[in-house]
Amino acid sequence: MKLKEIIERCNLRVFTPEVNFEDIDITGGYTSDLLSDVMAACEAGSIWVTIQRHLNIVAVAKLKEIPAILITRGLVPEKSTIEKAQAEGVVLLGTGLNSFEATGKIYCLLKGIKGA
Amino acid sequence: MMIQDTVSETNKFRFVYLIKPRDFSNAGDASANVKAELQKHGIEPDVIRRVSIICFEAEMNIVLYTKGGKLIVEVDDQKVDILALDKGPGIEDIELVMTPGYSTAPEWALEYGFGAGMGLPNIKNNSDVFEIESEVGKGTIVHSIVYRRKNEIKGNN
Ligand SMILES: Nc1ncnc2c1ncn2[C@@H]1O[C@H](COP(=O)(O)OP(=O)(O)OP(=O)(O)O)[C@@H](O)[C@H]1O
Ligand SMILES: [Mg+2]
Repeated sequence: MKLKEIIERCNLRVFTPEVNFEDIDITGGYTSDLLSDVMAACEAGSIWVTIQRHLNIVAVAKLKEIPAILITRGLVPEKSTIEKAQAEGVVLLGTGLNSFEATGKIYCLLKGIKGA
Repeated sequence: MMIQDTVSETNKFRFVYLIKPRDFSNAGDASANVKAELQKHGIEPDVIRRVSIICFEAEMNIVLYTKGGKLIVEVDDQKVDILALDKGPGIEDIELVMTPGYSTAPEWALEYGFGAGMGLPNIKNNSDVFEIESEVGKGTIVHSIVYRRKNEIKGNN
């Protein structure tokens, strides 16, 4: 599914307007706040759902080929995180939903389950 | 992070990075640079994927727990060889730190998402050869090899 569609359907905030997400395809998702867990288990092409905001998340995303990070619970990434994400071409997103709710919504969208 | 020297012979490349302790603004840069270099040299994607995990975990452990160190990555036709060296404090009980879930990460590091106790197990799981040696008061050496032509090498044995 196109990232653009997920952003629109879930009404996500975009923290990195300079990163072009028109053509990004999302093939799965992973929800975790532990960097080593993401390093071990998140598949390339996933959207990563987390409450982490420090700039290390951009390094993890780059290494794992994670095109987009969704920061939940209305939390706002640090300025340095946004700058690094812009520079590295990682899409940083936000939502007021918590990680459980956001994951559920995106899961339903990706799997084509109605009612999300 | 800083590239100390980059030696390239015919089919062999070496990258050396100095890793500073507690330097979070540059943390991950050495690993990112390793990945970019391996991509440039056309190394197999699966090898790059595994080397990236190994380098990141080793780099972060040097940043978090040590007085600083080095990441040395050597690439040839057969393998990628990764050496992470640090200046201490060293590890008393290797078996204990290798236990998945074991972590001494301080509170502030937990807030950054470290401390799952999965870093060293991740390194081991992604390595074809894994060695860790440590001397308390001196430092730690984590050595990993990822083979590029695993099947061929297995077949030769
Ligand atoms: N180079 C090192 N020097 C000294 N101690 C280390 C070193 N690397 C790891 N350790 C110790 O081993 C423990 C386990 O390391 P490991 O990388 O597996 O997990 P972690 O760093 O605690 O958490 P994670 O990597 O999942 O964020 C660390 O908490 C630390 O006590
Ligand atoms: Mg670690």
